Amino acid sequence: MQTNQLLAIFSGVLLLLGLVAFFLGRAKAARVRASGSAMSAQPEQYAWFAVLATAGPAFAVSSVGAFIMLLLGADIPTFLLLAGSLVAAALGLMVGVSQVKPAFHARQAIEKVIQWILIAAALISIFTTFGILFSIIFEALRFFRMHSFWEFITGTVWNPGASFLAAAGRAEEGASAAQFGSVPLFAGTFMITAIAMLVAIPVGLLSAIYMSEFAPQRVRTLAKPTLEVLAGIPTVVYGFFAAITVAPIIVDVAGFFGLDSSFNNAVAPGVVMGVMIIPFISSLSDDVINSVPDSMRQGSLALGMTKGETIRDVVIPAALPGIISASLLAVSRALGETMIVVMAAGMRPNLTANPLEDMTTVTVRIVAALTGDLEFESAETLSAFALGLVLFIVTLSLNLVSVLMIRRFREKYRVNNL
Amino acid sequence: MSQSFDDISAQLKRRHRKSSRLKWISMGALGLAGLFLVLFFADMLSKGLPAFQQAYIEVELDYNEDAQRMGRAALDPEVSRLVSRSFERLIPGMLRDDPGLIGTTEQRWVLADSEVDQYLKGHRSRLSEDERETVDELVESGRLELQFNTTFFTEGDSKMPERAGILAAAVGTVMTMLVTLAIAFPIGVMTAVYLEEFAPDNRFTQLIEININNLAAIPSILFGLLGLAIFINFFGVPRSSALVGGMTLALMTLPVIIIATRTALRSVPDSIRHAAFGVGCSRWQVVRDHVLPLATPGIMTGSIIGLAQAMGETAPLIIIGMVAFIPDVGASFTNASTVLPAQIFTWAGEPERAFVEKTAGGILVLLSILIALNAAAVVLRKKFERRW
Repeated sequence: MQTNQLLAIFSGVLLLLGLVAFFLGRAKAARVRASGSAMSAQPEQYAWFAVLATAGPAFAVSSVGAFIMLLLGADIPTFLLLAGSLVAAALGLMVGVSQVKPAFHARQAIEKVIQWILIAAALISIFTTFGILFSIIFEALRFFRMHSFWEFITGTVWNPGASFLAAAGRAEEGASAAQFGSVPLFAGTFMITAIAMLVAIPVGLLSAIYMSEFAPQRVRTLAKPTLEVLAGIPTVVYGFFAAITVAPIIVDVAGFFGLDSSFNNAVAPGVVMGVMIIPFISSLSDDVINSVPDSMRQGSLALGMTKGETIRDVVIPAALPGIISASLLAVSRALGETMIVVMAAGMRPNLTANPLEDMTTVTVRIVAALTGDLEFESAETLSAFALGLVLFIVTLSLNLVSVLMIRRFREKYRVNNL
Repeated sequence: MSQSFDDISAQLKRRHRKSSRLKWISMGALGLAGLFLVLFFADMLSKGLPAFQQAYIEVELDYNEDAQRMGRAALDPEVSRLVSRSFERLIPGMLRDDPGLIGTTEQRWVLADSEVDQYLKGHRSRLSEDERETVDELVESGRLELQFNTTFFTEGDSKMPERAGILAAAVGTVMTMLVTLAIAFPIGVMTAVYLEEFAPDNRFTQLIEININNLAAIPSILFGLLGLAIFINFFGVPRSSALVGGMTLALMTLPVIIIATRTALRSVPDSIRHAAFGVGCSRWQVVRDHVLPLATPGIMTGSIIGLAQAMGETAPLIIIGMVAFIPDVGASFTNASTVLPAQIFTWAGEPERAFVEKTAGGILVLLSILIALNAAAVVLRKKFERRW
């Protein structure tokens, strides 16, 4: 509570100083102007410059102090820090007001400050990427110190089993049981992704072909937003749908053909995930097909090709880089999809080629490792970060390849809207 | 090889048939996607609509001495099995607050047990034969019926399905979204303004652009890992709180808002900028007074869509512990809280049949909010969009 009161007082005083700066600055500027000298900015601009000069140092001092406290663990009393910031603010106020001179370009100074603020905002997105990267790499390295990297990549048994005992200081009892071979997890992930792509790519691509080549304008304006609805449904809802409605249907259908199927089979989450991705592929492919120049279609039709042949032999090959790029993005999205598989796929790491059996995925294990009541230091919890690292690398490379492909397409046909 | 005209026209016919086949197949693909959408909504409605009705039972409450200790004593033993235990537990408290009630009796509609509710709705129920008969009799005499389920909208989570509600999750969602917007909106708009209006075209700018496109494609669960490792473990933000959830979602929403804002800024014609520069505005004045106001509808639309996306997101929130069991409704940024999708996830994991209905009911509420938000975005765009 003490800190909260201090913070309230601090913000109050700072606000007051800002107001003082504004009115002092404006009054002084008005006075100088009234004395007849030509000013290079408006009084309000001088006033705002004084405010910035007051607030800037205060925020700088307090944030530097806070960072020193967090990063270096140095113990600076909050009171001292806030008082120091206020002193900085007062000094800034004096400098700011003293700068109210005819020759001083207050507007340009403000402009500079604003530009730096904007750059700082733009840097946050970079920090986010680095934050993700470092947090994952750092924890993953701790995991690889406990278990070998090679075993992680090539092992076929994922059994975190009793690894929590190690964190509890009883490593001897169960350490031998813990095995972290990620192959079954990736097999499950790729199986479900493959099923999703089998649904999403044909349906999405054909829908895009229909919408861009055949459909009348009215159908087009109606169908596009309707398909987008599929993309807007939260994944947790899809997960529920896959687990409660689709999985029993799959089991029934498999039973009809005399096949034995688990209720956590890989087909249900795969199919539902595929449906979720349809609008993704269709809208991207639609854009790409639309930007294939009409001259190519006209040339093909003029040679006597039918519409279907034009699409198959001219339009689609021309749009292929874009379509592949859309599909790669879709794959990257399916690999990282979490809720559908958490709710509908199994928990048991299972290395099998039968999609009717239950199998688990990378994201399921990440969630499972981080939602239990395990100590953060345990190998199982840290294994989530190792899996996350692999996921990050795979999706990043897929995205980069996809960006490169779309760029090649763009350069070839000189379209700018992609 | 020579071909007769007949051959050629037969071939031509075949080619045209093939062409129209492609048309029908592609139309079928679109129809398939549409069919799925229809099936999906029909399934959700049929599962979820019953959740908005709940069985209530009219009972005679006899506030005797025993009821002060054990609420069940106030009820006729024959119907006490049918009344929700959550209500029975409230009776001693009621008597403590108002001792004048002791010794009186009262006729009152109270919440029925979820098994009764499921039986009335025609689902599988664990009621015994006798109980079923009692229920049928009570329904005949009009003392047991399905009423509009207000509990669902006024209560937090509960382990008893008849008492579980979405209010705590809804409040949590509002708090989380406030944090998300407060962070993502200003930073997103500022980044977009910098990239579109200020930034020189150099390596640094390209790096930021590539990075933003990349962030948009990173799996959402990795943002959860970031939230856990950096916000919770490093900065010490309270786990499960709306604050850490909002911060994590803000980072995810950032690219959406940046991309939408850039599109909106780009659609403002250069003539506006030239005119403003021409009368002596500085760059910032041009942006603040002319470009931004004209781009506002587009920015708003993009932000609403980004918000709707963040509102449906679950995976990163599970990682940072927002699947907590929250029975009490309370608005706080730092206490443990949950959000609508996380509540849906929790309910989906409950074993009782009655929770399936609650889950689907929660899904309907969430979907209605999302549809309303997206419709608002569309209306906003239609109303304020300007073609230059």
